[in-house]
Amino acid sequence: MSARGARIERRKARAAWLFLAPALGLIGLFFVLPVAAGLLLSLTDFDIYAIGAPDTARFVGLKNYAATLTSSLFWQALRNTLYFVLVGGPLSVVVSLGAALLLHARAVRLRSLFRTIYFAPVVTTLVAVAIVWRYLYHPRYGFLNHALGWFGLGPIDWLGDPMWAMPGIILLAVWKNFGYNMLIFVAGLGSIPEELYEAASIDGASAWQRFRNVTLPGLAPVFLFVGVTTMIGYFQLFAEPYVMTQGGPLRSTTSVVLLMYEEGFRWWRMGIASTMAVLLLVITLAGALLQLGLRRGERA
Amino acid sequence: MSTPRVLLAAVLAALLLLAGCRREGGVAETVLHFWGLGREGEVVAELVPDFERTHPGIRVEVQQIPWSAAHEKLLTAFVGGSTPDLAQLGNTWIPEFVALRALAPLTPWIDRSAAVRPEHYFPGIWSTNVVAGTPYGIPWYVDTRLLFYRKDILAAAGYSTLPVTWPEWRAAMEAVKRQVGADRYAIFLPLNEWAQPVILGLQNGSPLLGDEWSRGAFREPAFRDAFDFYLDMFRDGLAPPVGNNEIANMYQEFARGYFAMVVTGPWNLGEFRRRLPAEVQDAWATAPFPGPDAAHPGVSLAGGSSLVLFASSPRQDAAWKFIEYLSAPAQQLRFYALTGDLPAQVAAWEDSSLAADPNIRVFRDQLLRVVATPMIPEWEQIAMRVQERSEMAARGAVPADSALALLDEDVERILEKRRWLLARARERGEGAP
Repeated sequence: MSARGARIERRKARAAWLFLAPALGLIGLFFVLPVAAGLLLSLTDFDIYAIGAPDTARFVGLKNYAATLTSSLFWQALRNTLYFVLVGGPLSVVVSLGAALLLHARAVRLRSLFRTIYFAPVVTTLVAVAIVWRYLYHPRYGFLNHALGWFGLGPIDWLGDPMWAMPGIILLAVWKNFGYNMLIFVAGLGSIPEELYEAASIDGASAWQRFRNVTLPGLAPVFLFVGVTTMIGYFQLFAEPYVMTQGGPLRSTTSVVLLMYEEGFRWWRMGIASTMAVLLLVITLAGALLQLGLRRGERA
Repeated sequence: MSTPRVLLAAVLAALLLLAGCRREGGVAETVLHFWGLGREGEVVAELVPDFERTHPGIRVEVQQIPWSAAHEKLLTAFVGGSTPDLAQLGNTWIPEFVALRALAPLTPWIDRSAAVRPEHYFPGIWSTNVVAGTPYGIPWYVDTRLLFYRKDILAAAGYSTLPVTWPEWRAAMEAVKRQVGADRYAIFLPLNEWAQPVILGLQNGSPLLGDEWSRGAFREPAFRDAFDFYLDMFRDGLAPPVGNNEIANMYQEFARGYFAMVVTGPWNLGEFRRRLPAEVQDAWATAPFPGPDAAHPGVSLAGGSSLVLFASSPRQDAAWKFIEYLSAPAQQLRFYALTGDLPAQVAAWEDSSLAADPNIRVFRDQLLRVVATPMIPEWEQIAMRVQERSEMAARGAVPADSALALLDEDVERILEKRRWLLARARERGEGAP
């Protein structure tokens, strides 16, 4: 390369950095820095005493990690969160796909009206929704138990029974969130070429075979996106139990993030709270990589 | 000059003029910032005009903060260096804010004050404001827990009043249970509250925490026996093993006779009057707690809110005047009329608005027998563990012994920092943190 060429390259590189600078600056300020601070904080026992007298904060190495990983409450929170992710996540994706297929069906009229209705819960404030759902879940006067009564099923103490509280939260979360993924699926369905369906029909494929062999493969990239974002989102479970059950009964709906919030902003044990944040980051990352790996394996 | 510049100059000039006016108008005016919580924060504004009239030169700006956000907001304000001059604080928060060194010690003002004297207050309540011998808060209003019960149900079971010792109390509950049958109960002890097991423990002489509040003392006989007394009520079907969520509407159930007694606080005096149907309005009463032995009444919790000065405020003298004003019996009574919050000044209880109602008088008897929970920042956290472990035991998930062992373990972990601070202070020859 000539000297002139190198100069141009350098100038180009400088321009590139200049254009990137605002974004990098923001990412650095609002992402890298807090994450690094959190990582550091997780190695100290920064707490309410340390706010008043900073010299009482101690560097404790990995003791917070040992304490968190041996705390039965953390494991219970992790179990609750995994329960929510593994049951609620797939359920929400299936419901979204179902709704998207319904909306995509040619026979359906007033498509945009239904799309709006299904999407409405996503943009409604959770606190307002929670009040209504608390009535739906009421053990004696709630609609849900009333409906169960029609089928001769006994009343369920939705939010008071440790066994049913998490299913109750999952039901609420799925209802609240399915509209978002539904829109993505609708877009995905729209991008599958019509000719493929025609060709399949001519070959005598049944509706199920068309769904199995045309729709699902066509949606594969959408599934990957929806799967990963839903999983990440569901790992962050917080607002639903925060407003519905405060983590109870018997801690059966305490998620990792709710526990983290409690440790950090209720008890001001910032060290422990940061530790939980780091652990959750690692777990979520592992989950995302696993999904990506599975997809890649499928494709290969 | 271009148009934008002209505009800018005009705006700047106007701002300067405004700032000048303000300084001129408010030469001697001190503006106090007061943070009130919840309903009290709303209502205190009605007491401000009289104060401003009698104290020219002081203006009070009240900011109302909902209870649910108060703790976080106060802490954040402290970290950010933007605390108000004075505030209302739940009295269990005082040790925490003292540990933060956020509050001003009140000794110099109390020593000079005629209106605010320690002996004017319920001793147990006053003690919740004193950390290591120094007062940091002035009680504003008080609350405690005692028994609300159905006179008619007790009468049907053969009791004209509530007994005064644990064994008799227990016998009365059994009699009620025999009377009301399997699907109704003698007492409601909500499993989502920590107060009930803690009160019974305190009544039985448990310190809750030992070694200068640095270790759990829940396995020691004093708490252990009280805990058994508590759990037996669930085991023997005297109390339903449920929380408030599962009861949904406590008032409806109390009216229906689902339970004959409930442990709750003064806020329910008004609620019971408002929410219970007319036919049971004459059928309920309040009673002080029975005690484990003849010492009656058994102790209860010293709750309520206090008024505190912040260490960083440059207007503490003026702020103290506002505290004195709010502490005067006349203002305490006005405040009671507005909110239903019970006055902290014992003298205010002589007024007919309180003395005439027997259900309220009972609170006065109980308030003379209240004690503080351990005065450490970690207490609220420990109280939550007490609730969780008690709930586990009451629901039959673990035996009583394991529940208490687990509880002591939890507390051991929570208080690790405090033990380290105590050891460090001892090494340096300082007082307790």
